[in-house]
Amino acid sequence: MAYNHKKELSKPERFAPGHRLCSGCGAGILCRAMTRALDEEDQAVIVNATGCLEVSSFLYPYTAWTDSYIHGAFENASAIGSGVEAAIKMKQKKGELDANVKILVIGGDGGTYDIGFQSLSGAMERGTDLTYFCYDNEAYMNTGIQRSSSTPRFANATTTPAGKVSTGKVQNKKDLTQIMAAHGIPYVAQTTYIGNLRDLHEKANRAIYTPGPAFVNVMSPCPRGWQYPTEDLALICKMAVETCVWPMYEVIEGTWYLNYEPKNKLPVEEFMKLQGRFRHCFKPGNEWTIEEAQNYVDRKWEELLSKVN
Amino acid sequence: MSIKDRMSGNEAIAYAMKQIEPDVFAAFPITPSTEIPQYFAQYVADGKVSTEFVTVESEHSSMSACMGAQAAGCRAVTATSSAGLAFMYEMLYVVASARLPVTLACVNRALTGPININNDHSDSMGARDSGWIQLYAENNQEAYDNYLQAMRIAERPDVRLPIMICQDGFITSHAVENILLETDEKVKAFVGTYEPENYLLNPDMPLAVGPYDTCPYYMEHKVQQAQAMKNAKQAILDVAADFERTFGRRYGLIEEYCMEDAEAALVLIGSTAGTARACIDEMRREGKKVGLIKIRSFRPFPAEEIAKALSGVRAAAVMDKSEGFSGCGGPVYAETCAACITLPKVPKLIDVVYGLGGRDCRMEDIRRVYDHLYEILETGETGPVYLHMGQRSNEKEVL
Amino acid sequence: MIRKPQDINESTPWQEMTIGGEIPGAATSVATMTGEWRSNRPVYIPQNCKQCLLCAPFCPDSSIPVKEGKRLGFDYDHCKGCGICYRICPFSAIDFVKEGEQS
Repeated sequence: MAYNHKKELSKPERFAPGHRLCSGCGAGILCRAMTRALDEEDQAVIVNATGCLEVSSFLYPYTAWTDSYIHGAFENASAIGSGVEAAIKMKQKKGELDANVKILVIGGDGGTYDIGFQSLSGAMERGTDLTYFCYDNEAYMNTGIQRSSSTPRFANATTTPAGKVSTGKVQNKKDLTQIMAAHGIPYVAQTTYIGNLRDLHEKANRAIYTPGPAFVNVMSPCPRGWQYPTEDLALICKMAVETCVWPMYEVIEGTWYLNYEPKNKLPVEEFMKLQGRFRHCFKPGNEWTIEEAQNYVDRKWEELLSKVN
Repeated sequence: MSIKDRMSGNEAIAYAMKQIEPDVFAAFPITPSTEIPQYFAQYVADGKVSTEFVTVESEHSSMSACMGAQAAGCRAVTATSSAGLAFMYEMLYVVASARLPVTLACVNRALTGPININNDHSDSMGARDSGWIQLYAENNQEAYDNYLQAMRIAERPDVRLPIMICQDGFITSHAVENILLETDEKVKAFVGTYEPENYLLNPDMPLAVGPYDTCPYYMEHKVQQAQAMKNAKQAILDVAADFERTFGRRYGLIEEYCMEDAEAALVLIGSTAGTARACIDEMRREGKKVGLIKIRSFRPFPAEEIAKALSGVRAAAVMDKSEGFSGCGGPVYAETCAACITLPKVPKLIDVVYGLGGRDCRMEDIRRVYDHLYEILETGETGPVYLHMGQRSNEKEVL
Repeated sequence: MIRKPQDINESTPWQEMTIGGEIPGAATSVATMTGEWRSNRPVYIPQNCKQCLLCAPFCPDSSIPVKEGKRLGFDYDHCKGCGICYRICPFSAIDFVKEGEQS
């Protein structure tokens, strides 16, 4: 069915206001979009890894969710999802569940790329019928902006600070979306907050309604961690895509599709210069960092193009 | 009528699980509990149970999957040992604080390091403060019977706590012994169904589980949890009474043997009780007034019952099958001493740490402990109270 | 007697709090007035608005309600004043001012 923006936006809100995410946090946008992607009549169970979103959206006695919600720990959201799936199957077998219930798991890059990776990989391998949404803000924001395996090279994080002899994080970002694709699961996608969020909506909807495991990686800027004015979120997302730092693509049953190809691929500094975490890269003498960042983006982009062509 | 059979402790647990048919079993293998999911997988493969069997990638995930399933409104179970239980520790606390009555079959094994696959209680003793009910079995029969009672205790609305059914690795889990089994119908009727008030899949009311609990609320939730553990004591007794009415076998919080007139006693947990009873029988024939207290429920800890049972005793040895590394004795000793502080006349109490990593404990070892208690009584000198037994040594050890 | 989630507060005795911190119910967070955090305020200018609804999905605080295809005024009880909507609007239908100042 063709996407109808007005119709989708007119659905009842499933992620309520009054949560305590920071002003301008990308995670709130994702929570709304992923629950909006549910068919209105369907029930959902939200499973959440510990992190900013958890402490902000279910702070006793206030839940921002209108669907059932469970949080256990940092590293195990997918395994909890597996348990919920088993319960759904069992209740269906017993004839105790009529509703269509979808499992939406959500975690930050800490709970997804790093500490929760084993449990995520396990649930995917087992073919658990859930959709994992990662709000990837590229560092451990809840504990105060420490580097994660998702933090890009040269970013200033509190455990990889730029300094007299340091230019920020030494390693490149882990390519989790490709690792998830390598699991051979039915649906993997990467997106961010672009345009009218149609891309995110359609990917979320496809992921949720694809039987079996699905993984959606959403670049989700963090104003505090990335050091930019809160109002610039959409611009930063746009630049991430236009520079090919964060390509929008999906892998459906093993076939790779590029959803957007910039007409003029912009240089990587157009993305970097908007954010204080890369400020040191623009100091005289550090030109090489931008060159290296560009080389890496170019290589990854070519690699991706070879997969989609 | 009960059915006479013979099987190992592991098979007895798997058999009880088959009869109960829990909704979800999340499993990851670890010696010596591995046979439990193996037996169960075969039941699943043969269509004997309708349980959802989830083969997770770690113990942390098996407890996490149990949490998800139980919160969703299902009965969830798992089994583990040693490092597997240690890997679950974080989730043991989370499941207990979320007040989800998950059932865990713990086959006790020494904790690594160095790695050792044999029995002691260091795994579950380490989890003693996690908020789980812990029942310990002496043999395969008790393992089976405890398992049949587990869910009734754990799921009671005034309890709502997870429960660990413990048995000694290899000694009980792998030894094939005679056992009385009950029929599927009677077991199902006894255990009943799980009817939580709130659950994730309730179509009429969404449920949020596992909040960030700030300072104004956390302590109140902990007091609720503490109250639930106090309530568990009565629940264990009530369920045991119904079990006795239904199946004829009697259980309590502790089991006393020859304690009526005992002057020297042992306090211990698990399979060593059988060895101790044989020793007591022998010594009683010699006119020695020796007795035994076997702890069935370590959590909740039956402090009053133990104190009462020890009130007439002049000297007692608490046998700890785990090293607590407190520098002054194991956990069973510490709690027994604390229990006895209310007695008008506290017996002389010593701690004997024994059987670590599967070190054998024979009748003559138990006899040495009783003999030592008599020495204390004769000399009036307690001497060192924190002893190890069974280790090689260059020095002359007390035991 | 366990209280309803909306009746639980920092003076509720332990006996009356929900067990294990669970909350049966939905969206109890609306009681938290996150609008108090705001230092800048978006101002809706309906006469400029083309109802394109670009702003609505970008609001992290669900504070641009949409009804039957049309956006309504801001939910100032909860809007934290991030300004994402202001930067997105292609029709200057949203102004962004210091809290307390006029548009």
